Amino acid sequence: MTSAPSRQAPGESSSPRPGPRPKPTPPTGAPIRVTGAQSLVRSLEAVGCEVVFGIPGGTILPAYDPLLDSTKVRHVLVRHEQGAGHAATGYAQATGRVGVCMATSGPGATNLVTPLADANMDSVPVVAITGQQSRPLIGTDAFQEADICGITMPITKHNVLVTDPAEIPRAIAEAFHLASTGRPGPVLVDIPKDVLQEITSFSWPPEMRLPGYRPTTRPHGKQVREAAKLVAASRKPVLYVGGGVIKAGASAELLRLAEETGIPVVTTLMAKGAFPDSHPQHMGMPGMHGSVGAVAAMQQADLLVALGARFDDRVTGQLSSFAPDAKVVHADIDPAEISKNRRADVPIVGDCKEIITELIDAIRAEREGAAKPVDLTPWWEQLNSLRETFPLGYDWPADGTLSPQFVIERIGQLVGPDALYTAGVGQHQMWAAQFIKYENPRSWINSGGLGTMGFAVPAAMGAKAGAPDKQVWAIDGDGCFQMTNQELATCAIEGLPIKVAVINNGNLGMVRQWQNLFYDGRYSQTDLGTHKHRIPDFKLLGEAMGCAGLRAESRDTVDDVIRQAMEIDDRPVVIDFVVGKDAQVWPMVAAGTGNSEIMAARGIRPLFDEDDV
Amino acid sequence: MTRHTLSVLVEDKPGVLARVAGLFSRRGFNIESLAVGRTENPDVSRMTIVVSVEELPLEQVTKQLNKLINVIKIVELETPASVQRQLLLVKVRADATVRSQVLETVQLFRAKVVDVSPEAVTVEATGTSEKLDALLRMLEPYGLREIVQSGMVAIGRGARSITATAVR
Repeated sequence: MTSAPSRQAPGESSSPRPGPRPKPTPPTGAPIRVTGAQSLVRSLEAVGCEVVFGIPGGTILPAYDPLLDSTKVRHVLVRHEQGAGHAATGYAQATGRVGVCMATSGPGATNLVTPLADANMDSVPVVAITGQQSRPLIGTDAFQEADICGITMPITKHNVLVTDPAEIPRAIAEAFHLASTGRPGPVLVDIPKDVLQEITSFSWPPEMRLPGYRPTTRPHGKQVREAAKLVAASRKPVLYVGGGVIKAGASAELLRLAEETGIPVVTTLMAKGAFPDSHPQHMGMPGMHGSVGAVAAMQQADLLVALGARFDDRVTGQLSSFAPDAKVVHADIDPAEISKNRRADVPIVGDCKEIITELIDAIRAEREGAAKPVDLTPWWEQLNSLRETFPLGYDWPADGTLSPQFVIERIGQLVGPDALYTAGVGQHQMWAAQFIKYENPRSWINSGGLGTMGFAVPAAMGAKAGAPDKQVWAIDGDGCFQMTNQELATCAIEGLPIKVAVINNGNLGMVRQWQNLFYDGRYSQTDLGTHKHRIPDFKLLGEAMGCAGLRAESRDTVDDVIRQAMEIDDRPVVIDFVVGKDAQVWPMVAAGTGNSEIMAARGIRPLFDEDDV
Repeated sequence: MTRHTLSVLVEDKPGVLARVAGLFSRRGFNIESLAVGRTENPDVSRMTIVVSVEELPLEQVTKQLNKLINVIKIVELETPASVQRQLLLVKVRADATVRSQVLETVQLFRAKVVDVSPEAVTVEATGTSEKLDALLRMLEPYGLREIVQSGMVAIGRGARSITATAVR
């Protein structure tokens, strides 16, 4: 039997000199011999992954060796795996692509739990790759062993333990497909160390086998026509827009729908930027800290057209008294969201972009057939009067301290709508949602569903990696900032010059607000001492982390400091805005009460009296 | 609350049972009975899950189940339109004085004795949970020493197959 001279078996080489043989370069698609780790890196390259946020460790170590040689995949070495996870989310939210994070087994993997739960609640396409103990050691309580698939089962869209190196390309292809299609979400791929080390074959593209995964993207025509009928007949309609519109890239379609129909729009916390804040039809954000106009529009509506929204308890308040007179059209890609909290009169399952496009045509057809279109003028008069009587606003603190709302409003005004903004969770987050004006989708990145304190800095880092030409501002609180600021070092070293505005009120401000309102002002464990002791000194902390450190404590220095920060582009900036501790977020619907009891300010309930009469 | 029988076709992969069972407990549902086994397709397993739940929450849990990537298809099997069976093995105290009476009861229920010793017999019975409950009530006076039951399995009546079109 003869064989081609280039196909000699190892050890039989007739090469005169020792040393590694040149790697064969087979035609595209043909299997090649690689290690599991090489297969993983090649798969990431093939699927178009450009950046991975992670930290190496024992079991994921084999993957880091070929990663060193990759010219397509950049690795950002973070300081804590939670930072890697939120950075992947920030990247995904800023770009619409899949964010990737990598960690070792055991504690590395469990540190990803919070960001995965966060991405799951906010439907963010994230792929997490974790090392796992070698196959013979699984189940023996080996060093750094944790059943991360078991642990993350309820907080991921899907997860998989790869037990055969030949399955790596398929696992990665499927993970990216699952994460980014249908209702997006996080997918975890757990790979044992010996699977990464074993020799296997790699070919691309692999065949995906997902018999149970068939997301519906095309809406049902009859349902769309039913929805159009309700829209055409409605006297008090509202477009209730959720984050799904941004995920579907349907902002342009939404604008057309709104302008053709003249219907008022509200955008949820996750949907800020889906519809321009400057648009006259925008009534603002609904919910617990929404504008009176937006909350009232929903409460008094006769029709809610929910687009990529999920009737979250922070939006509906007490469910039984939410929008009592409204019929509901509920459009979402996830059938499980429809009628979960509020029964839908017309359910539409599909991709929001396709749904809105078809809805526009259907409404047009419906109106052409009608004798005369319904006049929305009385509805607008009602809403405009509310909007003018109860605009979003704030009072300056009586004690002469700096107003946090003013600081955030000025950042928005000076930096403008082309920048990206991230936020932590709490008062500063609500003010950033209320007082910064968003004009573009994907310009507002926050933790909505899980409410993860510490989200802002790592998310800004990821957003900056995905959008290096944009200014990225993290609006953070002093409580949140102390949870994840270690990633400033990553930003400084990796060349990710983000700006962090620490709205430093010295307290866990939102908790303090609730203690003020509902616990007789008994402030239990909310004073962080950042005012009293200036520990830590955020300006010095920023400088120690390789950032520029700035501080503003009075009204007349705010603009100056923001402008200075905008000019620094060679390193990250941390600004310590020392603000008053007694400012509160208004309007507010107290937890467990109905939306009609919304308080525009303490004790002022603009809708409640009307309903009583 | 009404009892519902769900047939769930799943990919035969590790962890699928944990995913399904975890989903039920997470959403606050109590599984009355669960049986898993192979089907005519080696890649597909079939779970039969019996839950007591109202119509609306059942719809929600079915939708959530459908979101699991490894779940291929879910069909609710209504009692009249399906055959439902459970297996029961019970060890009944039956010495010479009462053995003939025990055997008579066993015959009445078309059950059979699969093991016998001087003090006891082991009875095998299949049927709906109602029939098995009735059998146990009849045998109880003699002394039930040990009971083991399988989960319910169910299949729709008629020629149609729910598995035929499930996997493309």
